[in-house]
Amino acid sequence: MNNATAASLLAKLNAGEIRSEDLVRQYLDRAESLKRLNVFVHLDPERVLDQARAIDAKRRAGEPVGALAGVPVAIKDVLCVTNEPTTCGSRMLKSFRPPYDATVITKLKDAGAILFGKTNMDEFAMGSSTENSAYGPTLNPWDEERIPGGSSGGSAAAVAADLAPVSLGSDTGGSIRQPAAVCGIVGLKPTYGRVSRYGLIAFASSLDQIGPFAHDLADAALLLKVISGHDDRDATSVDQAVPDYTATLDKPPGSLRIGVAREFFGEGLDPEVEAAVREAIRIYEKAGAIIEEVSLPNSKYGVPAYYIVAPAECSSNLARYDGTIFGHRAEDWSPKYPGEENLHPLVRMMMASRSEGFGPEVKRRIMLGTFALSAGYADQYYNQALKVRRLIRNDFDEAFKKVDVILGPTSPSPAFKLGERTADPLAMYLSDIYTITANLAGIPGLSVPCGLTKSNLPIGLQLLAPAFAEENLLRTARVFERETDWHTRRPGLAG
Amino acid sequence: MSLSTDDVAKVAVLARLRLSPDELQTFTGQLNSIVEYVAHLQEPDTTGVEPLAHGVEVRNVFRDDVRGPSLPREAALLNAPKRNLDSFLVPAVLD
Repeated sequence: MNNATAASLLAKLNAGEIRSEDLVRQYLDRAESLKRLNVFVHLDPERVLDQARAIDAKRRAGEPVGALAGVPVAIKDVLCVTNEPTTCGSRMLKSFRPPYDATVITKLKDAGAILFGKTNMDEFAMGSSTENSAYGPTLNPWDEERIPGGSSGGSAAAVAADLAPVSLGSDTGGSIRQPAAVCGIVGLKPTYGRVSRYGLIAFASSLDQIGPFAHDLADAALLLKVISGHDDRDATSVDQAVPDYTATLDKPPGSLRIGVAREFFGEGLDPEVEAAVREAIRIYEKAGAIIEEVSLPNSKYGVPAYYIVAPAECSSNLARYDGTIFGHRAEDWSPKYPGEENLHPLVRMMMASRSEGFGPEVKRRIMLGTFALSAGYADQYYNQALKVRRLIRNDFDEAFKKVDVILGPTSPSPAFKLGERTADPLAMYLSDIYTITANLAGIPGLSVPCGLTKSNLPIGLQLLAPAFAEENLLRTARVFERETDWHTRRPGLAG
Repeated sequence: MSLSTDDVAKVAVLARLRLSPDELQTFTGQLNSIVEYVAHLQEPDTTGVEPLAHGVEVRNVFRDDVRGPSLPREAALLNAPKRNLDSFLVPAVLD
């Protein structure tokens, strides 16, 4: 089971060498022995075993089984699963049991995957370290004093620690790629609209996208294929055929023109990260790639634009949590602070419920968004951010006229220590400096392992491609994966 | 642009968030440093630039006007913080 990929497990399951029930028992045992990492926020062994037994029975009966039949997939706690705890890492949704499945969950069930627990995350996917969870932080399997990245830190750590062969996360500003980088695995954010967001608890609707975590590109391709496709329950889902990413992964890319954006090598980039990425460029050159310098002059405005657009959308999306029809409701909403006696009891109920239910990062972003959208400031902040967003997209459009993919570091530094940036939100926000622009532009991006620091911390290489060019993105990344063995490295975890 | 504690208190009410006096102080400092940082957005010339609301252009999506299944009442009420028979229970809305 250790070091297993979904593809290798599928081969054994299909050949009858192992049963899904035995396989998930091993994963459940490992989850128990590595509980200290705080990866899972909900993991019900009986439900997991029931799913595995059902798939084993289907296989035994010779019935057709799906593309992931019997393979455990860990799920970020932002995705709705019928009648199972879905809490978004928040006290607000502590007792929430959705009455429906997210579309990606339906697709996983149809593919025969075993839903292997819900993973820890930054509350409502807001954060870059998985320290903002109501369940406490997840620990990085490579160094338990460090963060696993965020906000999908639980899903990244689940794969890195071999608690599941693959997992799902969501990426609003880098929340798949950044934790993948600092946990030493593959993480892919698809094009906006490629994967349905129905049943993904919304943070910033124009940026959020669901995507896979895996040990290697073959598994990422496999999972991406299963979850992609048009969905008429999501008005932003794009009606476009889904390529067979697995079948084409090992074909050489049509052309290998790689852009290196000079803006991705600026101030604040850790020297060891830079050295690993420069080495990756040399590896691509050796493989015959044409390397070209490209410029993304407006990328320096990515973080400020993001921290207006995302909070503005979150202040609107999170307005639904008022303690009225679902979510946490305070027991006491009597006036507590000066001025509250003048407020209507219903308003006080909402204020008290939201203040008890949300953590500080969520409150900070809701207020920032409310401010940016408020009368007198909307033009100066929100509308200006949307114009800058257009400039950022134009930069990518120009660059992709010259090159097929753009390469750079995923994260400016390896995993930092727990607590190191919690008091300084701005420093935390800069952790996603290289990933945020892809969300604003809606383009796909992936992170592959490309090195280890002297202190044995993973480094990620980010590749970006034009919208809906995931197939070429995966094939280009595969060129690098074939030439190196970074994706085979594992943390030395004491179980 | 600098936010006073009064500004933040007003935003908190608009956002339906109750803040303790300590939280108000902390958030005022933090929001000010963020607002100062996002002021960089004013630097590029955006004259004539069309705002971009989605990375991939979205269009109106229509479906046939056919009634589909809806959430059964009991399922909708299952997550209610408080209920009274078939209704959500909230403080009186009308005085």
